Parts: sequence; structure tokens; C-alpha cells
Amino acid sequence: MIGSILIGILSSGIRLATPYLYASIGETFGQLSGVLNLGVDGIMLMGAYAAFFTVVKTGNLALGLMAAMVTGALLGLLMAFISVTMKAEQGISGIGLYLFGLGMSELLFKKTLGAVQTVNGFPALHIPGLSRIPVLGQIFFQHNLLVYIAFALVPLAWFVLNKTPFGLRLRAVGQNPQAADSLGINVNRMRYGTVILGGLLSGVAGASLSIALLNVFQQNLTNGMGFIAVALVYFGGWRPRGLLIGALLFSMVNALQLWVQVRGINIPSDFALMMPYVITILVLAAMAKRRVHAPAALNVPFERGES
Amino acid sequence: MNHQRSLLVVFLVSILVFLVGVGALAAPFRVAVIMPSSINDMAFSQSMYDTLVAIQNEMGEDNFQFVYSDNMYVVSDAAAAIRDYASQGYDLIIAHGSQYGSSLMEIAPDFPHTSFAWGTTVDTFVDQGINNVFAYEARSEQGGYVNGVLAARLSQTGIMGVIGPIETGDAKLYVEGFKAGVMATNSDAVVNVTWIGSFSDVALASEAAQTHINAGADVLTGTAQMVVGAIGVARQKGVLWFGTQADQTSLAPEIVVGNQIYDWTVVLKSMIDLIKEGTLGGKAYALTLANGGLKITVNDQAIVGQTINDIIEGKIDLNLGEIH
Repeated sequence: MIGSILIGILSSGIRLATPYLYASIGETFGQLSGVLNLGVDGIMLMGAYAAFFTVVKTGNLALGLMAAMVTGALLGLLMAFISVTMKAEQGISGIGLYLFGLGMSELLFKKTLGAVQTVNGFPALHIPGLSRIPVLGQIFFQHNLLVYIAFALVPLAWFVLNKTPFGLRLRAVGQNPQAADSLGINVNRMRYGTVILGGLLSGVAGASLSIALLNVFQQNLTNGMGFIAVALVYFGGWRPRGLLIGALLFSMVNALQLWVQVRGINIPSDFALMMPYVITILVLAAMAKRRVHAPAALNVPFERGES
Repeated sequence: MNHQRSLLVVFLVSILVFLVGVGALAAPFRVAVIMPSSINDMAFSQSMYDTLVAIQNEMGEDNFQFVYSDNMYVVSDAAAAIRDYASQGYDLIIAHGSQYGSSLMEIAPDFPHTSFAWGTTVDTFVDQGINNVFAYEARSEQGGYVNGVLAARLSQTGIMGVIGPIETGDAKLYVEGFKAGVMATNSDAVVNVTWIGSFSDVALASEAAQTHINAGADVLTGTAQMVVGAIGVARQKGVLWFGTQADQTSLAPEIVVGNQIYDWTVVLKSMIDLIKEGTLGGKAYALTLANGGLKITVNDQAIVGQTINDIIEGKIDLNLGEIH
């Protein structure tokens, strides 16, 4: 009994954490280079739509995923152009990008598909052998492909950020762009690259909803997940491990509150619904002593020759 | 001379009055609607949109026209739209969401010759001295009961899951009705209810469905537009679904057994008649099974069609031995 509840909560939490992981890992790269992109939710919506539309029309999941990646990367490029080349205020332009994605995805949805429908998305992939392990197999190894990739990205991002020359240059650009520039690092090209990567991953985050976890598209499908992903970047202290802990904590508590309600445990539903947020705040407060600082040049456009 | 001139004036004025009168008779009845979600949400907003389209088809475009603003989930935006439509002289302005009530109470007195309607509620603001507001609600517990009776008959595990948005309004009525229907049919059955705290969190609705299935539920239902996520999961897992508000069969014809559909036609037609007679508000309406505002559809594809198909395709072994 307790076992089945635990399995349910943990596997639910892993599924729910997936879109947050993609979006927040992408956002971390952008922020470490000095660009705050608040348009993540809008890009997720466009990615979710692009993937869904492609799968409805072709039935090809790989093509759908690619459509989401291309759409996300293009919107990342747009954000980079606005914030890096045009040097616009990043917070405001990010909100603009969000509103654009919210409205455009719905407009396209209405004009091209018209009504809510379902598709056959990425099926659950039972990893041979591992999925047979009692308990652990059920929790970890019976998910769809995009769930596995999201969790595989965490160590990969850690490796790239901490163990490669690229990661070092990236931090330099975000901490002290003038110094990085004088060392011959092309600051703007670096920022373009990371913001486009962030857009691409946000697109995949959207696709993980529309063609893997939910297999539907609806107006405002993400319901603000992109903003929680941005918050997770701060929560996680710009570290992949921190993102993983944050995303899992938030999702597990959400899964737990669903179980509390299903099991008819007699507490008001309003209280159950507050749990993920209350616990997140408590954890943040408990960890407030950590010395984690945002990249020094976050939100600051780069001007050559200034210091 | 003076006399002649006044005769001329009287003549001209009477022509004018006649023309205006004819114009008023010929002018179509114009309705504006503000909706919280999308017209294709397969739920609350779509039920109103479909009704308006049906009325227009019946009365003809020369007699009935409507405009809409959907996705007005920001109440202050909705209030601006309501005021805007009112100043454009629409005959009836429908604020299709209980969250718009306080805005309407503020706006309606400024346009005493315009009629307003809102729901779901029973409050027409007559007590506040406002006479140009209609109220409407859906007695969704009635169809909820019907769905509950069917669900209890079809469930093999005796466990049913319900996914609701926020514990209020027609959502709460529906869930209570469903529970009552199940219990009246099988008092040993278990109905688990989750409120997900949102009308739009599709991901959480889908995870709630997953949780119900993990807890043994083999029949699910739910209300509001975010349930499309739950229907997606039900379809994947082959679990039966009962819909409400709009017809959700097309989302997953293989598992949607039946739907309670809101058809606002009875309500809107009565409002239109009253407005034409000069009564602009003060009446509260309810959709019921009795007045035809609530309709139950049964999807014969879900179980019957599946069984027929299985026999045709030889998946069911009907080798019953020598009978004749």
C-alpha cells in the first residue's frame, strides 16, 4: 500500500519535472552568459504548437520534435537580436516575447487545427531489464523518451559548464564581459549562441508536453510553467544539480498533494494545493544562507570599451 | 404660413419616426459575449459559442448577429470589453463567467437601456436596484447524476476518479451529482475527487488522472477546460471517460462513453423575447434536463462500437459450440 503510493508519487514527480528541466537548463545557459530571457513560456507554447501541428499532419514524432527545436531556436534568435544587438531592456523584451508566443500559438492553433484533439505521442519506453526491477523499475524506467533525455541533460549540462573551455568562457562572459572581450572571446556571439540554445530547449520543453506527456494542445497549454522554470534557475543557483533538486522537489510535492486528495485524506483541497508553493518557500528560506550570486553581468547589455 | 410650416414639420417628423421604427424592426438582434477561455475549449466557453452559432443558423444572419471576445481570463480586460460593447449599442451583452459579476454590477447601471447577462449564478442584482441584468446557471448535478449511475454500472473495480478545477459553481454541483449517482447505484463504490486549483493547468489535470488510475480507478470524469489533459491520459490507458459541459467525444471516441452538454438555447431565446418586449433583466435562469438545456449524449462507439469491431475483426471468439 505505502509502496504503491510511493511509486505513484515518485513516477508522477519525474514526469511533471520534465518540462521544467528542459526549460530551466536552457535558461541557465542564457543567464550565465548575461541574458535574462523571461519569454521562456511563450517559446514553450510555440514549441508545443509546432510539435503538435507537425504530428497531427505527418504522424512523425521525430519531425514534430524537430519542428519544436527549430521554432524555439528561431525565437531564441529573435530574443538574442533584441537583447544583444539592439540592447533592449531584457526583462521587458522577454515579457513581450512571452505575450507574442501566447497569442501567436493560439492564433495558429485556431486557424490551422480549430478544435482540441489528441495525438499519439511518444509512447512509454520500458528500458529492457531495468524496467523489470521491482519498485525502481516502475519509478524510473517506464517513461517516454523525452523524460529520459531531460534527466540525461542534467549531467551533460554540468559537464559542459564545469569541465570544458566553453563553460569557462561562458562564465567569463557573464561575470566580466569586458575582461572576456579583451581575452579575445566574442561576447555577443557567445550570448547569441546561449540564448538560441535556451530557445531550442524551451521549444523541446513545449514539445514534451504536447507530444509526449499530454498529447493534446490547448490555448495557453503551459499555464505559466516557463516562469516557474525561470524561478527554478534562481532556486538552483545557476547549477544543473540545483535545477534538478528544485524541479523534483516542486513536482514531487505537487504529485503528493494529488495523492493526498485521491486517498481522501481529510484536509481542505485548498491546503493541499498550497503545499508545493509553501514547501518551496520554506526550502528557499532554509537555504538562504547559501552564498550564491547571480552572474554579475546578468541583464546588462555589452558595450565594447566600457568598464 | 405658420400653420403650414407646422404641418410640414409634423409630416417630416412622422416620416422620420416611421423610418426609425421600420429600421428598428428590420435591424438584427445583436449580441456580444465575453468568455474566459477559448471558443474551442471543449467545455464551458465552447458550449456558449456553439449555442450562439445554432441560434444564428435558426434565426438567420439578418435577424441575429453576435460577436465575441474569448480568452478574457484577465477580469479587468473583460470589464473594458463589456463597457466597450455596451457603448457600441449591442442589444444583449453576455459576461460568460462568474468572475465577471462584480464588473457587471458596476457597468450595468451606466447603460440602463442595454441588457446584460452573466453566469453561472442566480444573482441578477435586483436587490441592488439593478434591473437590466439576467442571471443563468446550469444544474449540472442532474447530468452528473446520470453520468454517475452509468459509471457505477460500467466500473469493474468499483473505483471512480473525478478531476475538478476549483470547488465552486457548476463544477461543484457536477461532482456532487456524480457522487450521488454512483452511490445510488453501488453503495460499495469509491469516488475519489481531486481539485487541481486551476481551470487551465492541463499538465496537473493529466497527472491527476494518472494518480486516479494508479489508485485503481477504471472510470474517470471531470469538468472544465483543463480536463483535455486527463482525457489524453484516459485514452492512453484505455480507461472510460464521462464528459460534461460540451461534447468531448471527438477527443477520444474509443473511451468517451457519454457527455452532459450545456445547451443555452432555451435561456438565450427567452432572454431575447423578453428584451424585445422591453424587459431588460431581473430574471434568473437554470439549464435543467426538464427544460432541455441539459442534454445527455451517449457515444455508441465507445463500448458497443468496440465490441462490434472486435467481433468483425475476429478478436472475440464467439465459438459457443453447438446451439442450434
